[in-house]
Amino acid sequence: MHLSPDLWVWVGALLTLFVFSFLFGDNPFYKFAEHLYVGVSVGYMIAIYYWNFFKPDLIEPLFGRGELILIVPLILGLCYLAIFIQKFSWVVRIPMGFVLGWGSGIAIPAVLQANVIKQIQGSLITSQTLAHWNTFVWSIVVLIGVITTVIYFFFSREQKGSLKVVANIGIIYIMIGFGASFGYTVMARISLLLGRLQFLLRDWLGVIH
Amino acid sequence: MKQGIPRLLCLVAGIVMIVQFFIPHPISEKIFSESLRWVRIISAFALVLGVRSITVHHGTRIIRKSSGWGYSLVALVAMVVTAVIGLFGGVDPHATALLPTSIGGFSFHLQVLYANLMVPLGATMFSILAFYMASAAYRSFRARNKEATVLLVAAFIVMIGMVPIGSAIWPKLPDIAQWLLNVPSMAAKRGILFGIALGSVATSLKIILGIERGWLGGGK
Repeated sequence: MHLSPDLWVWVGALLTLFVFSFLFGDNPFYKFAEHLYVGVSVGYMIAIYYWNFFKPDLIEPLFGRGELILIVPLILGLCYLAIFIQKFSWVVRIPMGFVLGWGSGIAIPAVLQANVIKQIQGSLITSQTLAHWNTFVWSIVVLIGVITTVIYFFFSREQKGSLKVVANIGIIYIMIGFGASFGYTVMARISLLLGRLQFLLRDWLGVIH
Repeated sequence: MKQGIPRLLCLVAGIVMIVQFFIPHPISEKIFSESLRWVRIISAFALVLGVRSITVHHGTRIIRKSSGWGYSLVALVAMVVTAVIGLFGGVDPHATALLPTSIGGFSFHLQVLYANLMVPLGATMFSILAFYMASAAYRSFRARNKEATVLLVAAFIVMIGMVPIGSAIWPKLPDIAQWLLNVPSMAAKRGILFGIALGSVATSLKIILGIERGWLGGGK
């Protein structure tokens, strides 16, 4: 056993134990760690926003290089603060309108391209998938899965007869998908847990190498 | 005016961004990069609202000496101290800054705080979810019917297939787990993605065209 002489390792180890203490129920140690996390995260975000956005995107170009066009986003950003004045609180809608419109405009072609066209391309059977028997068979399995899943979510007609049969196949695919995603997520959390245990046993206590 | 100007701005911004996507021209690319910078600046101001909200919430609890006000003090002090260290000490540990961020060999630079406070706290909080997910899975995944059995089996294979004991039990188990993720799971995700994509496009169009007005809030 070789205890770490690093003060920060001790801080990290104690905070890790504080959070783990939640497994025995809510307690003051966990609450302390939770509030510390919130405070440090917000403080960190303040610094990151200043150094990564305010300074390089606004302060330096506007006041250093005289890019006066940036007065427009500055005014739009300041409009957010109008929410603190009851009489002018409606002004906050102006930057929100710009950001929402911008985001929606960006999203439409990007979503269509990434989540529709690219996904259809990936589901199609091409000459490349015919190269090997296994890629060909799995491509057909994927294609059937995509079509049946989409049909399961088709609610414009009552699902009976052949439509119900196809939708039921879709349910099987969806259940496999949810199960696999769940298993994957659990393993990711287990991986984090092992990481923390490794930190405690190796970096802090020095009982493993 | 109170609704007209925001809606007009939303419409113009939305249409301009759709149109610029289909015009591969330097001017159109300039519009995109410049508008992205504008949005970054505007969104950064929204942080002020968040900081005000958290300060008022915890500040009120401290002033009223509400139950657990000491924790609110911890949150506020941690926020102020971290912000001061970050704003005046900088984000680059190797650059010179207004505020010294080390005393002797002990560093309290923002990146050190991130690595030794935020990372352990965040990772541990997410890691304890493993226990709760396992217990939730036990309660909800009991094989009550055919569909739940399929879900349970798929989850079990993926979990076992990703750890060394899986390949020790049966060497083909990791391959089966990977196949489940790459073939049927991906097919289902693609089907769901289509629905999400169409829903996103419809909602975006409704926002741009002013049909969806929830974001305007109440009032005139």
